[in-house]
Amino acid sequence: MADETSTQDAPEEKVPVMQQIIDNPFLLLFLGIALPTVFYTLWGVMEVATIPVAP
Amino acid sequence: MTSFMPPAQRIWWKVPVGRQEIVWILIALVWCLIMFFMMPYWHVYGKQNISNEAYQTTPAKYQAKVQAMIDKYKVREETAQKIPVVAPPAGSDVYLLARLWQWYPMLELEKDKSYRLHISSMDWNHGFSLQPVNINMQIVPGYEMVVTVTPDKSGEYTIVCNEYCGIMHHTMLGKIWVK
Amino acid sequence: MSQFRQCPDTGLFFHKPAESLMKANAVAGAVCLLIGGILGLLVILTRWPAVHLLPADAFYMVLTAHGITCLIFWIIFFEMAILYFAGSTLLRSRLATPRWAWAGFVLMIVGVISTLTAIFQGGSSVMMTSYVPMPAAPHFYLGLILFAVGALIGCFVFLGTLVVAKNEKTYEGSIPLVTFGALTACIIAIFTIASGAEILIPTFLWSVGYISHIDAAMYRVIWWALGHSSQQINVSAHVAVWYLIAGVLFGARPMSEKVSRAAYLLYILFLQLASAHHLLTDPGISSDWKIFNTSYAMYLAVLASMIHGLTVPGAIEVAQRNKGLTNGMFEWLRKAPWGNPVFSGMFISLIGFGFLGGISGVVMGTEQISIIIHNTIYVPGHFHATVVVGTTLAWMALTYLLIPVLFRRKMILPGLAKWQPYLFGGGMSIVAIFHMAAGTLGVARRHWDMGFAGNPLGFEYPGTAYLLMGIAGVGGVIAVIGGAAYLLITVGSLLFGEKLDASAGILQSFGVPLADSVYSTEKPERLPMAPAEAVEGHGDSGFEAPGTFVLAMVLLVSFVVYYFINWKYLSEVWPLS
Repeated sequence: MADETSTQDAPEEKVPVMQQIIDNPFLLLFLGIALPTVFYTLWGVMEVATIPVAP
Repeated sequence: MTSFMPPAQRIWWKVPVGRQEIVWILIALVWCLIMFFMMPYWHVYGKQNISNEAYQTTPAKYQAKVQAMIDKYKVREETAQKIPVVAPPAGSDVYLLARLWQWYPMLELEKDKSYRLHISSMDWNHGFSLQPVNINMQIVPGYEMVVTVTPDKSGEYTIVCNEYCGIMHHTMLGKIWVK
Repeated sequence: MSQFRQCPDTGLFFHKPAESLMKANAVAGAVCLLIGGILGLLVILTRWPAVHLLPADAFYMVLTAHGITCLIFWIIFFEMAILYFAGSTLLRSRLATPRWAWAGFVLMIVGVISTLTAIFQGGSSVMMTSYVPMPAAPHFYLGLILFAVGALIGCFVFLGTLVVAKNEKTYEGSIPLVTFGALTACIIAIFTIASGAEILIPTFLWSVGYISHIDAAMYRVIWWALGHSSQQINVSAHVAVWYLIAGVLFGARPMSEKVSRAAYLLYILFLQLASAHHLLTDPGISSDWKIFNTSYAMYLAVLASMIHGLTVPGAIEVAQRNKGLTNGMFEWLRKAPWGNPVFSGMFISLIGFGFLGGISGVVMGTEQISIIIHNTIYVPGHFHATVVVGTTLAWMALTYLLIPVLFRRKMILPGLAKWQPYLFGGGMSIVAIFHMAAGTLGVARRHWDMGFAGNPLGFEYPGTAYLLMGIAGVGGVIAVIGGAAYLLITVGSLLFGEKLDASAGILQSFGVPLADSVYSTEKPERLPMAPAEAVEGHGDSGFEAPGTFVLAMVLLVSFVVYYFINWKYLSEVWPLS
């Protein structure tokens, strides 16, 4: 019975995970810095650093 | 009811999306994937790809290679500055250097033959811009890049510098003749 | 004690310190636009072959100053104003730590003065990119660093304001979409500025002799995380401005909060990877890295832009149809307020950014197609479509909206204002299109003389290239006239416009808040959620914005055609491997 009322009651409905992510500015800030840092900057620096020395 | 107020629903993630947007997103996604796969496709089936072969080098080391090639294959000189013109054999390693404000030396290549073209800069960044075919590459000091080129039309070609390199940048030209 | 005033016309609440900061940043931005615009005129008049105004040394100095002043100073000052607006005003919240925000503003001003001084002293004509090892004066780099630190403080003040608003429960539910767009811009800005610090601080130390060598290739990789991402801040912010203007003028609601926010999430995750666009012909970087990064991880950020391209005009169309403009596909658009510069500016910005800037950007950012475009004048053509027609025109449209609301002045010269977006957008579109066309003929960017005077070898671009550069010159002059009209109208309105508020004197226009009596120490009422529609969701009834869908398909077809035309061009150059 308790179940029925809580699922019917819209305001207390659980917020979906995706909305929780999008509503969390600091999580987004972390993602928005971590992703390009790893894929663009770190990977890119590794690419340049591993260029072999000319024979 | 507007874009600058909080969404009308506390849980807006579950509000169904209209059919129009779904259709557009799917179309756009397909197009994005096509564009993405065009690049690896061209690596396999296309003829114009810049190799990623490159080496760390120094101006002195690179200049020595250029000089060795000039000594071996020089055919004549051009202009009042006596810039050497080099005709290396097909398939060989050809060394071109960029410096303030010159592409050095000039090259004579044979049509439909392939050459391993090395390019490096002695000082600052330069831009290799071959006209009128319009092939453009970034030339970075300290790095020697290697591209296999196969000139497929004969004629006189000019190398323009298209990366800003100081006050006389606009006078920095080089030549390649394809016979 | 926090003090707020409510704008009697719009109902927006302004927190006193936030209001002053918005004004100060907007005015500083306008000053930079004035400087940058004059420099731009000198640049375009030099690149117009028949005019060829400046000598070489002055040209490169002016070009360096033009790039930095417009691309960085003007746009980021204005963005700071937008962050404070989206954080404080739209959320009805007090601004967090206004003193820090002022400190940031002062740093930015000092940075501008330092860098511009260095450039105009003549020893720092190194272009915006300042590629090492070409040296600039130490205060050139130092100014950029100070400016960046100031902007970073602004970003954290915005984030702090979000926290304050949440804790003090100034709004219900989630933050508004426009604020979310500003948040996206803020996040990208923080990555941008961090990258700038990573590379400019060592470069500064190098310029004063503490570091002996900076690797030229490494510099390019990290510098472009600054240089390109800074333009992605603009994309996020001007899309937010489009949503804002659609909301203010039409009462348009986002077609779907979920879709629009998810699109912004894609920006946050992937947009910054496109810094790789500049490195596609660089030596030694693998194609794996190039393909992954240049495509924003499978073009997911392009997908996001295409989504915004549908949902912004789509939201307007739905709002217009609800008002009864339902005839045919395009009555909603035909009967839009084309004489209102807020709307026309925003819509030209949208179309110009999508059709000219967006398509060309994706095409030239294709790994192999970059070979026929890298460093040609196609590149400036492209970014004048994105950053000038797109971002700058969006900022202009927003200014027309804010003069009465923020500065409490009536706009002067409404007749001129009506035409200003067309002049500016039209002129700049000509610049963009004809520079791109000249670029496909190989004309170099950052180049004083396309005739190569003084070189004994001799080479001439085709005559068409000269014609195209000449037409671009005409377009540039038109755009400068449009830009001058904008500054005349805005500055003139601040000085001489009719006061909408008894206290709105001259000083009030430039950063001093209005008289105390206008403000109340009472907290504004909590910002409610948008009222729900009678029927929530879109049901299954098919397309609610069919006209927009047609426009979107036109965009897609142009995109596809232009994309493959460029592959065709590429296939005609020498085989390379």
